[in-house]
Amino acid sequence: MFTYILRRIFIFIPVLIGITIINFFIINLAPGSPIDMYLDPNATAESIEAEEEALGLNDPLYVQYFRWLGLILQGDLGYSMSSFEPVSQLIGERIMPTVTLGITSIVVALIIAIPMGVISAVKQNSKFDYFVTGFSFLGISIPNFFLGLALIYIFAVNLNLLPTGGMTTLGGDAGLWVRTLHIILPTIVLATAIAGRKVRYVRASMLDVLNQDYLRTARAKGVHEFWVTNKHALRNALIPIITIVGLEIPLLFGGAIITEQIFQWPGIGQLTLQSILSRDYPTIMAINLIAAVVVLFCNLLTDILYSIADPRIKYN
Amino acid sequence: MSESNIQTIKSSSSTMFDDIKSQNQFRQIIGKFMKHKLAVAGLIFTLFLLVIAVLVPFITPYSPTEVTGNFAAPPNSENWLGTDQLGRDILSRLIYATRISVIVGFGTVAVYVTFGTIIGLLSAYYGGWVDMMMMRITDMFMAFPFMVVILVVVSIVGPSLPSIIFVLALFSWPSIARLVRGSVLSIKQSDYIKAAVSLGYSTPRILFKHILPNATGPIIVNGTFGLAAAILTESGLSFLGMGVQPPTPTWGNMLTEAQSISVLSSQPWLWVPAGLMILLTVLAVNFVGDGLRDAFDPKQ
Amino acid sequence: MSTVQLKTQNMDQEPLLRINHLKTYYPIRKGLFSRTVNNVKAVDDISLDIYEGETLGLVGESGCGKSTIGRTILKLEKPTSGEIWFKGENITSYSNMQMLPIRTEMQMIFQDPFSSLNPWMRVKDILKEPIITHRIVKGPLEAEKEVDRLLDIVGIPSSYKFKYPHEFSGGQRQRIGIARALSLNPKLIICDEPVSALDVSVQAQILNLLKQLQKDLGLTYLFIAHGLGAVKYISTRIAVMYLGKVVEIGSKEQLFNNPKHPYTKGLLNAYPVPNPKMRNKKQKIIQGDIPSPANPPSGCRFHTRCPLAQEKCRQTEPILDGQSHSVACHFPLS
Repeated sequence: MFTYILRRIFIFIPVLIGITIINFFIINLAPGSPIDMYLDPNATAESIEAEEEALGLNDPLYVQYFRWLGLILQGDLGYSMSSFEPVSQLIGERIMPTVTLGITSIVVALIIAIPMGVISAVKQNSKFDYFVTGFSFLGISIPNFFLGLALIYIFAVNLNLLPTGGMTTLGGDAGLWVRTLHIILPTIVLATAIAGRKVRYVRASMLDVLNQDYLRTARAKGVHEFWVTNKHALRNALIPIITIVGLEIPLLFGGAIITEQIFQWPGIGQLTLQSILSRDYPTIMAINLIAAVVVLFCNLLTDILYSIADPRIKYN
Repeated sequence: MSESNIQTIKSSSSTMFDDIKSQNQFRQIIGKFMKHKLAVAGLIFTLFLLVIAVLVPFITPYSPTEVTGNFAAPPNSENWLGTDQLGRDILSRLIYATRISVIVGFGTVAVYVTFGTIIGLLSAYYGGWVDMMMMRITDMFMAFPFMVVILVVVSIVGPSLPSIIFVLALFSWPSIARLVRGSVLSIKQSDYIKAAVSLGYSTPRILFKHILPNATGPIIVNGTFGLAAAILTESGLSFLGMGVQPPTPTWGNMLTEAQSISVLSSQPWLWVPAGLMILLTVLAVNFVGDGLRDAFDPKQ
Repeated sequence: MSTVQLKTQNMDQEPLLRINHLKTYYPIRKGLFSRTVNNVKAVDDISLDIYEGETLGLVGESGCGKSTIGRTILKLEKPTSGEIWFKGENITSYSNMQMLPIRTEMQMIFQDPFSSLNPWMRVKDILKEPIITHRIVKGPLEAEKEVDRLLDIVGIPSSYKFKYPHEFSGGQRQRIGIARALSLNPKLIICDEPVSALDVSVQAQILNLLKQLQKDLGLTYLFIAHGLGAVKYISTRIAVMYLGKVVEIGSKEQLFNNPKHPYTKGLLNAYPVPNPKMRNKKQKIIQGDIPSPANPPSGCRFHTRCPLAQEKCRQTEPILDGQSHSVACHFPLS
């Protein structure tokens, strides 16, 4: 197992390097010179040239790539082109709201998906099973922005129960209750999609385990059906479920952009969209890179956890 | 002796053929698919949308960009679904947007399935360092969060119909490449591929005539779910203003205006129909995908 | 008696296929950098001659490497070392292009009739494809006729040629597999356990068919099997394999009447005797499991399971003596 983990890390490194190359390549797809945005519109061609030379923009691409990589490794993500603040500072300010929303959504999604999936597998082809299948398909098919708008329309506008957006009331108190009220709707939007994806997975995984010979043996030994399900089956069915939570991370990033936009949630998603709309390339690139690295780490962690949780995995 | 021997072999064997019904694999799969009621309903709905997409100019009551009368009028006898802020007929825009979704969906799937399949085939067939390289490249592409990287690249290359198809495909092929690689690796082990090699067939022939048809099931299933995902992602891009640009109507950009509270609360006819269209379309295509998955599953 | 004559007559001539010190190893990779730490020695230094018109039976337990030999001859596996000669040509390092003409002369019948036919092709297309690829006949019309002829030879009504493989039974599929092997008019057919996946009643039909085809078409067989039953029925000569090595080779009569290797004797004892009165209760069958081909025992590979093993057997490896009935044993039975 140790060599397996080492080997996963060994594969991880070239992929990480590859990601920085792709990321750098995308920056250079951008039309125009990165300094256009800084310059005085009356600048002469000579002064632009001089500026470009000073910034090293006339160097060969690979030289520029290594210089950029060097800065990244030192933790220098550059400066935003719209607010002129350091990108690392911008991201630092926005990270906690997104992490809070993400974790809440995953937890809520699992609280819904695991019991639903298990019950629908145990009562296969029952009415509840069909309901769960329907829920799952709705969850994966509904556009998150439509769901978000519909929720605001119903709960905030018509019923006036919940706030339309933001993390706290402007100028009001920022107590736990107020924060909880604000996080409900965006959590529902994100959790619906995650639960929709996971519910079928839990159901399939549980069905798979329920049909295994060792469960038939347990039943034949006279073990009560309740214990068959809960003790013998559930534990084995949950191993893959817990670890594939890691696979939700990239989808969560995407979901956050739209959800944070609709609910004016001041997180990374909103920052991403703002910097895209204002063509703030340094910020865009930093977010893209960080997101990819986070996803890659989550995948690595998932693989390692899986290899620890499931003793049957092969290490070659 | 020899003659009679062959004779007995023949007579004993021919009696065994009587109860065989002619039924090929293809018909069996269709039969299984037909049992999945929701999938059949989904297929009918999808085909209906395809017909609409083709017939767009003939069935829209108005041009999607034509100002027809009142601004933001609620549904009435002239504009069945009302008009938008600029006085354009919502129904006409909704129908026209179907065409955009269909083009983006099928275009993306066609591009990424072709590319991903070829990569997966080559990776699995050649193995060794070719496989290693290609799989590491798919890892790299899969590491970028889908929506984030698509927004980033679209914002750089500029949002247009072809560029959106290209970008969606650029980040969709790795899943199918891995899938095809997996099935090819298992198919490669089967005796009929060993037979094909020992019969001296060329490598392209073995790849495309013997291996690929046996991997079509998972490819079609993945492509169908991919179709739903592409339509959903494009609507998200349009909603954020990074999709096909106005005045061309798309279901996503028809919802953009609903970000203002006044539209959201007092003019639901502006955004509910487009949202429902996306939901129904994606749902229908996902049902088709589920039906196909069951139909191609050899265990059932 | 006739078979012995046939064999001596054949042995003067050049063998159709000669394998010379053939080795096929599969590397076992371990660790961070996938270093090759060991090899599974599936085929370990084997030399065999196969003469035109004969059936050489190749017998051994599962995992002894007998199927690997068949696949290596057809270049489905890459040999690690050694030589393969076909009709006086050294084909060991032939490329795929160079192998093309050879492939029309050497074909294979596979063990599992359910996985050896492409499920997406009709029987007609399965048989037509090799004919067209190698231009066995001129034109599509002729090819169609050739398909009918092949199906007729193997006893399948040609009206069934529009069906798909899954619509046939195991025995019928095996007939189609045989027809496909025959489509290129090969000289040598490698039969890789062609009946072991079939019902006993069907096994006899397929064996009869193979025997008949050999007579009518002058075929040569390398017949691979894990038991002596089918081999006894069809072979002229038999080679017994154990852990990647041939331990005994001789004519069918020599082997059955006078087995010299304790392993051969053990296999014969495992072979059920139909007449209960003839059964000898004292006869022992071989105990224990076959050792790992990655770490074969030293000396004689059979010594761990041999009832007669002595110190010498653990130390030095016995070699085949090259006689017409040849055995690799320090203390052969007489």
